[in-house]
Amino acid sequence: MARMVTTRNKVISTAAAWLVGFLIFFPILWMVLASFKTELEAFAIPPSFLFFHWTTENYVTVQERSDYFHHALNSIVIAGGSTLIAMLIAIPAAWSMAFSPTKRTKDVLLWMLSTKMMPPVGVLVPIYLIFRSVGLLDTRAGLIFILCLGNLPIVIWMLFTYFKEIPKDILEAARMDGATIGRELIYVLTPMAVPGLASTLLLNLILAWNEAFWTLNLSTLEAAPLTVFIASYSSPEGLFWAKLSAASTLAIAPILVLGWFSQRQLVRGLTFGAVK
Amino acid sequence: MATQQTQLLARTLLTPAVALLFIWMIVPLALTIYFATLHYNLLDPGSESFVGLENFRYFLTDPAFLASLQNTLVLVGSVLAITIILGVPLALLLDQQVVGLSIVRLMVIAPFFVMPTVSALVWKNLLMHPVSGLFAWIAHLFGLPAIDWFNDAPLFSVILIISWQWLPFATLILLTALQSLDEEQKEAAEMDGASAISTFIYITLPHLARPITVVILIETIFLLTVFAEIFVTTGGGPGLQTTNIAFLIYSQALIQYDVGSASAGGLVAVVLANIVAFFLVRIVGRNLEA
Repeated sequence: MARMVTTRNKVISTAAAWLVGFLIFFPILWMVLASFKTELEAFAIPPSFLFFHWTTENYVTVQERSDYFHHALNSIVIAGGSTLIAMLIAIPAAWSMAFSPTKRTKDVLLWMLSTKMMPPVGVLVPIYLIFRSVGLLDTRAGLIFILCLGNLPIVIWMLFTYFKEIPKDILEAARMDGATIGRELIYVLTPMAVPGLASTLLLNLILAWNEAFWTLNLSTLEAAPLTVFIASYSSPEGLFWAKLSAASTLAIAPILVLGWFSQRQLVRGLTFGAVK
Repeated sequence: MATQQTQLLARTLLTPAVALLFIWMIVPLALTIYFATLHYNLLDPGSESFVGLENFRYFLTDPAFLASLQNTLVLVGSVLAITIILGVPLALLLDQQVVGLSIVRLMVIAPFFVMPTVSALVWKNLLMHPVSGLFAWIAHLFGLPAIDWFNDAPLFSVILIISWQWLPFATLILLTALQSLDEEQKEAAEMDGASAISTFIYITLPHLARPITVVILIETIFLLTVFAEIFVTTGGGPGLQTTNIAFLIYSQALIQYDVGSASAGGLVAVVLANIVAFFLVRIVGRNLEA
C-alpha cells in the first residue's frame, strides 16, 4: 500500500515538474524554433510548431548583414578579458585573507561586498564623462576595465569561500617539511584550488557576458558586444523576428551551456556564501 | 620572524584589490556628489556654476521622480512577490522524487542565463505582440480578445519578463536550502502523525526563512536598477509608465545631458540601495562568523 502511494506520488510529481519545467523553458525553445523559420512563417498566425520549412538562411543573413562575428568577438574579448584580470587581482587577495586572516579581514570582506551594492546608475554620469574625456567610450579596453571592477568583489568573495575550505593542516605539514611559500603555492595550494578557480571563472564569464548596463551605455558600434547588438533589433519598424531569433540563439547558446555546468556555484557565488 | 614575513606578504597581496576597489568606490561617488551641486549641462558648456542643493530640490520635486520612484517600488515589489510565491512551491516540487530531475532543473534554470536584451525582445515580439504573438493566438483560441501588452499594461509586461528571468534564481536558492534540510526531522514529524501541511508550516517554512530573506535582498539590489529590459522594450513609456529611477537618471544624463540633475538622482539611487545593502551585509556577516 505504502509502496503504491509512493509510486503514484512519484508519477504525479514527475509529470508536474516536467510540465512546469517545459513552460518555463518554452520562450527559449520558441525562439530557437523561430530562428529556423522564414520571416513570414515566424509571425504567421496560427503559428506552426514543428511542421514548417526549416531553414538556416537567417543565420547566414545575420552574419552577412550585420557582422555578427565582430560583436561575438567583442563579447569574448570583453567578458574573457575582464574576468581574467579580475582573477589575477582577486587570487592573491583572497589567498591572503583566507590563509593569513587578521582582525580586520571580516570588515574588509564586508566592505568589498558593499562596493558591489552600489547601483551602477549612481556613478553613470562621472564614468561616462571620464570615459568621454579620455577617449574610452566605445572601446573594448574601457568595458573590460569597468566590468572587471564591477565583478571584482564577487570574484574575491567566491575565491575566498573556496580557499577557506582548503584544510590548513596540509599547509602546515608542507611548511614543516621546509616548503617555501612559493613551492607551497605551486605544489600544494594550486591543485586543491583548481575546482574553486574554475567555477569562479565560469560564473564570472557568464555575468560579464550578460552584463547589459555598462555595455549599453558605454558602447555603440566598434566595441559593442552581443547585448548591444541584440538591442539594435528593438526598433519597432523592423519585424525581423526570425533574424532576431537567430542572432539571439547564437548569443545565448554558449552561455547556456556554461551556465548549466555552473548552476551549483551560481547559488554560492550570488549569495556570497549565505546559502550553500 | 616568519610570521611577520607572512603577514607582510599577505598585506602586499591584498593591497591591489583593496586599492582598486577603494578608488572605484570613492572617485566616481565623489564626482557624483560634486556634479550634483553644479548647474552643469553638456549642451551648454562653460555654464557650470555652483548651485548647492538646487538639483536635489529639482530632482525630488520633479513629478517624473515620484512617478519613477513609484514604478521602481511596484516593479521590485511585484517581481519579489511573484518569484517567491511561485519559487517556494516550485522548489518543493523539485525536491520531490522526480524522474529526470537533472533535465527539469536545467529547463527551470535556463532563463537566468539568457542575456536581458534577448529575453526582453523575445518576450516583446514573439510572445506578447498584439497581432502575431503567441499569447494573442492563445487568447484567440479561447475566443478572448488579444491583449496589447505594452500599451494596455506596460509596467505589468515588464514585470512579467523580469519575473521570468528571476524565478529560476529564487527557485534554485530555495531548492539548495531545502536539500540541506534534515530529512530525519521531517521523518520524525511524520512519525508523530504531523500532516504534510503542518510539516510544511512548522518545519519547512521556518527553515526557508533565511534563504527567502537572502533572495529578497539580492533580488532587490539587482531589481532596483533594472535597465536593459526597459531600454529595449518600452524606452520608459508610454509617457512615464515604465520609467524607473535608473531609467530616469539615464535619460536625464544621456538624452537631456543634464549632468547636475542626473547626479542628484544617482545619489538618491545610492541611498535607496544602501538601505537594502545594510541589511544584506549584516546577514552575510553573521554567516561569516558561523
